[in-house]
Amino acid sequence: MNQGLKTARSEGLISCHSCHLLCRSPEPAAVMICPRCGTRLHRRKPNSIKRTWALVVAAFIFYIPANVLPITTVVSLGKAQSDTIMSGVIYFIKTGMWPIALVIFVASVFVPLLKLIILTFLLITVQRKSSWRRKDRTRLYRITEVVGRWSMVDIFVVTILVALVNLGALASIHARPGAIFFCAVVVITLFAAMSFDPRLIWDTEESLNE
Amino acid sequence: MSSLIACHDCDLIQRLPHISEAGTIQCIRCGAVLHQKIRNSIERTLSLTLAGLVLFGLANTFPFLAFKIGAQVRQTTLLTGIQELYAQGMPELSVIVLLTTVLVPFAQMICMLYILLPLKFRRIPIKLPQVFRFIRHLQPWNMMEVFMLGILVSVVKLAKMAQIIPGVALFSFLALIFVMAAMTASLDSHLIWEKWDEKR
Repeated sequence: MNQGLKTARSEGLISCHSCHLLCRSPEPAAVMICPRCGTRLHRRKPNSIKRTWALVVAAFIFYIPANVLPITTVVSLGKAQSDTIMSGVIYFIKTGMWPIALVIFVASVFVPLLKLIILTFLLITVQRKSSWRRKDRTRLYRITEVVGRWSMVDIFVVTILVALVNLGALASIHARPGAIFFCAVVVITLFAAMSFDPRLIWDTEESLNE
Repeated sequence: MSSLIACHDCDLIQRLPHISEAGTIQCIRCGAVLHQKIRNSIERTLSLTLAGLVLFGLANTFPFLAFKIGAQVRQTTLLTGIQELYAQGMPELSVIVLLTTVLVPFAQMICMLYILLPLKFRRIPIKLPQVFRFIRHLQPWNMMEVFMLGILVSVVKLAKMAQIIPGVALFSFLALIFVMAAMTASLDSHLIWEKWDEKR
């Protein structure tokens, strides 16, 4: 099925990632510039695997304080109560608001973890030059690209609560360090997904054909 | 050569079929969207950008939400939460929220205007490739729709505690999300590069 399929790399071409112009690349070029739009050209994203690994590991580390430390403290009539992400979810379940509990759980706990697991899986399979279900793995990558941003929802909830509930001694809500770690996890995983090059999944196919 | 393209997801070289009607072309190997042809792309995107800027102005000047317990009312704008986070010693968070909900959408619309307005009148703006690339780089950091979900969650969370009154800015913000999504979707990037090639 793959007879006659040619990739830019096997043909000695580079596709500009900004304007998609196919450019001819002379042998291992040092620095190449797209003749149409002036973007620096790379055959693959530079140091894709190393960079993605570094970011994934950093995100795994930050994931722990993000879930253990409180993200908000509610002060109401002199009483202070701190909440972590999970205790917020449990609060919603207990008060019967399970759709909201589900939204928060999926966006803040499930999605970041899923994204990290998928990226780890993709990195390992690429490094082992696996040929297993390339199309599905590319699809997994696209999912991580699309879904990651929704994890920011908890940070925005904290922002809105902090703005609205600010009635002095009666009731006020304060952001806590857990929120910073959580925000870091989301931003780092966004960068990790950007630095991974899905074309690496397909690269082994050509080397087998040769 | 110009109709050949390499898939950005799997690097396969394929010939783009010539289509005159509006439509989508997908990669034959991995299914990534390679090209989307849109009718009147420039005019459509330009009008959506202008609408977006008006809504952006409304969303940032009028009250966003009001929070009422007994006789106490607290009115907020989009920027109140950001200021409050900063005041509570969380500058990192406030900067990220400011970027993702205010600055990035605004920059995207201004850059879009900068590119499309001259193109509409058959001129090529200076540094078009750089500005166009900048818009693309900003795209993942525009998180207005996620912020909207955040509003929904907070409103439900606070509904038992107090009365929440939505303001003009909230509705403008909601409309802005759809307008910006339509703006991004209606831009045919291949068309921009074609124009750039013609005039050079």
